[in-house]
Amino acid sequence: MRKTECLAMILAGGQGSRLGALTKKIAKPAVPFGGKYRIIDFPLSNCANSGIDRVGVLTQYRPLELNNYLASGSPWDLDKREGGIFILPPYAREKGADWYKGTADAIYQNLNFIELSNPEYVLVLSGDHIYTMDYSWMLEAHKMNQAEATIGVIEVPWEEAPRFGIMNTDKTGRILEFEEKPAKPKSNLASMGIYIFSTDYLKKYLEEDAKDETSAHDFGKNIIPKMLADEGRLFSYAFDGYWKDVGTIESLWQANMDLLQDKLPVDLNGDWKIYSSNPPMPPQFVGPEAEITNSMISEGSMVLGTVENSVIFPGVRIGRGAHVKDSVIMPSTVIREGASVEYAIVAQNCVIEEGAKVAGEKEAITVVADGEHVHALDGIMHVG
Amino acid sequence: MKTVMGIINMQEEDGRIRELTERRAVESLPFAGRYRLIDFALSSLVNSGIVNVGVMLPAKGRSVLDHLRSGKDWDLARRHDGLFYLPTPQKDEISRRGDLKNFYHNLDFIEHTSQKYVMLTSGSFIYNIDFSKLLRFHQNTGAEISMVYHVAEQENQGKNVVIETEASGLVTDIAEKPVVYDGSKVSLGIYLMEKRIFVEMVRYTYEHGGQDFLMDAIIRRMNDYTMYAMVHDGYVAHIDSIASFYKANMDLLQPENWETLFMGERPIYTKTKDEVPVEYKATADVKNSMVANGCIIRGKVENSILFRGVTVEEGAEVKNSIIMQKSAIKEGALVENVITDKNVVITKEKWLKGATNYPLIITKRTVI
Repeated sequence: MRKTECLAMILAGGQGSRLGALTKKIAKPAVPFGGKYRIIDFPLSNCANSGIDRVGVLTQYRPLELNNYLASGSPWDLDKREGGIFILPPYAREKGADWYKGTADAIYQNLNFIELSNPEYVLVLSGDHIYTMDYSWMLEAHKMNQAEATIGVIEVPWEEAPRFGIMNTDKTGRILEFEEKPAKPKSNLASMGIYIFSTDYLKKYLEEDAKDETSAHDFGKNIIPKMLADEGRLFSYAFDGYWKDVGTIESLWQANMDLLQDKLPVDLNGDWKIYSSNPPMPPQFVGPEAEITNSMISEGSMVLGTVENSVIFPGVRIGRGAHVKDSVIMPSTVIREGASVEYAIVAQNCVIEEGAKVAGEKEAITVVADGEHVHALDGIMHVG
Repeated sequence: MKTVMGIINMQEEDGRIRELTERRAVESLPFAGRYRLIDFALSSLVNSGIVNVGVMLPAKGRSVLDHLRSGKDWDLARRHDGLFYLPTPQKDEISRRGDLKNFYHNLDFIEHTSQKYVMLTSGSFIYNIDFSKLLRFHQNTGAEISMVYHVAEQENQGKNVVIETEASGLVTDIAEKPVVYDGSKVSLGIYLMEKRIFVEMVRYTYEHGGQDFLMDAIIRRMNDYTMYAMVHDGYVAHIDSIASFYKANMDLLQPENWETLFMGERPIYTKTKDEVPVEYKATADVKNSMVANGCIIRGKVENSILFRGVTVEEGAEVKNSIIMQKSAIKEGALVENVITDKNVVITKEKWLKGATNYPLIITKRTVI
């Protein structure tokens, strides 16, 4: 294979158990987001827009829908003669087979894939963040600092800092200390889970870590602390745009709601387009009695009822007199006449029957899982 | 259907739609919020399992090329077969008029394809047809040429090809008529025949002075061939005038037409654009309309079709109108019975109103 300067590896194998019912059938990066996208569209589009043309996607948990979605990589212009997108599930070797035991182990098990591209740098990304970022600037910073590793950081409100991995840096941005969820944070620079490593440096640490049976084989818990203990040249790279970890139901709901601000917090449609696989669906049909305010609605939907503060995906039907408020309705779900949905995330292919009510609260968003039917009287009923 | 090759024919220049086709072929007219007319014939061919499609390129072919490119969005960028462009001879090269010369000059390409049949379609009809039914019909009737018609539901002005058939479908008359009456059988410009018949027909007719495929090869030579016609009863429109263009778009505001044309098992494909879902802001008020992704709406929209990337600002009102790609209706502007072409800007507080039977047309990139 042709050599590439910077190879991206997207960690997309996590179960995303905190998303509960939404990841019962699909991996977290495949979860629909923002009316037409899936979470993984963000790192993939960032790669495409940053000029990175070779991307490995490490999959493990429920990969079918994700694999199907990524297919040849053509929506992100990653269907190249050489390079493009590579789906990397765990595989068996002479000495047996192993699941990916942690983020670091997943990369370690694919060291021979990295060698095929022989990159100078490896960019490690997670498949569960919503943001737009030009990785080429981060790579420039990595080179300028003659860093061995560069970690993307973002300022978070001080009171929230104890929930994050916090970097303590000197004036030049060099990382002195990394604290996972510190009770008393010394800084408010949180790790975004975006790393650039010089390849040989990464390789050395991954190989050492693989031999350590006490290790959890995790970048945040093991690799980065080890590199810091050895006084490696680790630098932070500060990012000041919109960045949201959508690992929980509430944060996923909130990130969707963030798109309803008068001005989009992330640039989805400017020079930095977010690419996605576009279903062949017609423009949405808005009925004669429909009322839609403060919402985002995608193609192939038919709205006859009322939609307020909501995000509606392709192919959704909202019947006459139905009322959808403060909710996220995923593809091909049907909300029948007179039904109401409030503070909820309704997954794909659900049916909310006539007159049925789905009501969550702002602090406790209700989730209707993939393919469920909700009836007027007996609440949620499973199909098949 | 691997034994059938598709050809999409282009319409001759026609004055009745000139305002919208000055810089584009009729076939690449934007339609229904995100499509071009040619998408309907092309998607029907592809969904029927046809993998080899030749597109006749008209004089203003750039708009067609821009749209179809490699054919990837229709799954026609293939190692074998796929999408082919059939260029037409330069005007000064050939003094004869009509479309027959275009076929004649591409006969060597058509002859050398591996398919047994040719399905000739027109790129200016709106329909969603399963052509595999036509192939079965063709084989069952033993026809030499098979056509498809729909039954007109109302009187309709405009040039149309009307056919008469026996109950078996055997065609007894074909004629071009200026008015269509309720119940007339109107041809959809689709002809299925064996390739050897097509080649012989084009060669013989052209070499004997023929110009127009329909007139000279089909109508005049009706008695040379056994022709059968099959009925199609889904939504159909033929776009050859501003009036038919406007009406066909507005027809899609009836949900049953929207459903049958787009939401069945055979989708209509088009060039993908990666637009954001429609943003309805707090002051939006949209009724009975079709809205494509990328629109940002703060104003009032009624009985209208908004193409991709249209903005309607606060206090603006759009009624009974077709607003094409990336046009902007600014604050307080009022637009009624209007067709704006792409990238039109209607500035603040401007009022534009066309007649209900003849919409006002604003050409590409105009700022009013």
